[in-house]
Amino acid sequence: MDIVIAESLLKQYNGFTAVREVNFTIRDRECFGFLGPNGAGKTSLVKMIYGFSPVTSGKLTVFGMDVKTNIRDIKRLLGVVPQENNLDPDLKVLQNLLVYASYFGIDARLARERAEELLEFFGLKEKAGEIVESLSGGMKRRLVIARALINKPGLLILDEPTTGLDPQARHMVWQRLRLLKEQGVTLILTTHYMEEASQLCDRLVIMNLGEILVEGTPQKLVADYIDETSGQIVQEKKEQPATLEDVFLKLTGRKLQD
Amino acid sequence: METLKRLFRINISPLVWKVFRRHLIVFSRNWKVNISFNFFEPLLYLTALGIGLGAYVHPIEGVPYLNYLAPGLVASSAVFATAYECTYGTFIRMEFQKTFHAMVATPVSMDDVIAGEILYGVFKSVLYSLVILAVIFALGLVKSPWTLLIPCVMFVGGALFAILSIIWTGLVPNIESFNYYFSLVMTPLFLFSGVFFPLTGMSIIVQKIVWISPLYHLVNITRGMILGRVGISLVWDLIWMIVAVLILLPVPFYLMRRLMIR
Repeated sequence: MDIVIAESLLKQYNGFTAVREVNFTIRDRECFGFLGPNGAGKTSLVKMIYGFSPVTSGKLTVFGMDVKTNIRDIKRLLGVVPQENNLDPDLKVLQNLLVYASYFGIDARLARERAEELLEFFGLKEKAGEIVESLSGGMKRRLVIARALINKPGLLILDEPTTGLDPQARHMVWQRLRLLKEQGVTLILTTHYMEEASQLCDRLVIMNLGEILVEGTPQKLVADYIDETSGQIVQEKKEQPATLEDVFLKLTGRKLQD
Repeated sequence: METLKRLFRINISPLVWKVFRRHLIVFSRNWKVNISFNFFEPLLYLTALGIGLGAYVHPIEGVPYLNYLAPGLVASSAVFATAYECTYGTFIRMEFQKTFHAMVATPVSMDDVIAGEILYGVFKSVLYSLVILAVIFALGLVKSPWTLLIPCVMFVGGALFAILSIIWTGLVPNIESFNYYFSLVMTPLFLFSGVFFPLTGMSIIVQKIVWISPLYHLVNITRGMILGRVGISLVWDLIWMIVAVLILLPVPFYLMRRLMIR
């Protein structure tokens, strides 16, 4: 089954086109990546999937439901990890999960059970009674991911989940995400870290200026674009095997975009 | 036409109560501090103006100045608590804490969030009016059992001020702008709504202008009930407030949606 289907999806606001008529399909139980530089339209795109940002035109269905008409039902099945941590600083760590569970109408006892499981899973058990501000960046990020799982979502949307984390924290998050994928959760990931994309994604698209440039598995993209451009890449990075980063830079250019 | 339609299409679910519950949990964490600060200020007014200045003031409308002033302070302190909550409080949750963003990623809608903000504003008015009432009751300034109905009136008054404050927040979403809200809107209302003196002494034009002050109607009702002077005119004051709530209610939803959802 396809979890997300986008057809000629367009997003404009204030006269600016953030997403230009893109088409893509996300399959059940895969990890699908949106790769692109800042301002490529990744966040605008995922915000449409979780209903924060209305679709300007085109069609977007999630779990077979139209985001324009059934957004509440869709959101029931989603977990969202936004780019910016938006934990509730007025609440303690465990309370953050319990209150968030209440927004899904989850019964208090079940919520507590799940919250304790999640804190354990993300190595935050000892922090349950602490205030959010006392957590490190990595812990906050893990708590945001834990919070997104409180409703046992079928689709987890991760908008730059590891931006700003140190390598240790990043690897811990990756490891947890792999476990989730094994448990059958479909993942959507936006990132500008090539390593993250090649580590986690089954398929990905590279975006630039609101458009999807290419689509494929990480291996296929590297293979395709290496053949064609081997001269250039070998010249720049002598004796190093080409990576997704080379493909990315070739397609999106080397100039700063913002 | 499309704007009008959007104005009235409010998408509210029972999850509003969960949003409100979140605010109550946060409130319960430091309610003692909140409440004690809140009745400190009206107590200062009561002492300085009611007792201090009151010693030099003739009885007003047949009651000593302290008795005249106390009911006005019940009303004004209550709506000030709401006004603070629905400007600074709402703005901080929306802009700095991104609490709204977190909520609307769940089945909660933006309208649920705003309705939760309004309910919290109402809660503050009702609660703080009760706190000040308890104080003036202890001082022997409550004269009538009608006082027991004041929380119901504060429900309407609180809703009105929550709506007005969120309208301002939606129009000028900027932390500095709230200073203007308090100096240009709330303080004039506080001074010229009959809290401190009856407006009958002022010119007819001023009296007409004051009719549009929501606080004026709330003060009338509160004073009438606490002093036991209940008449048909209080019903008109109440109707005025209810009508204002009903007319303005869709506006904060529209403005906040426009602000948040792009």
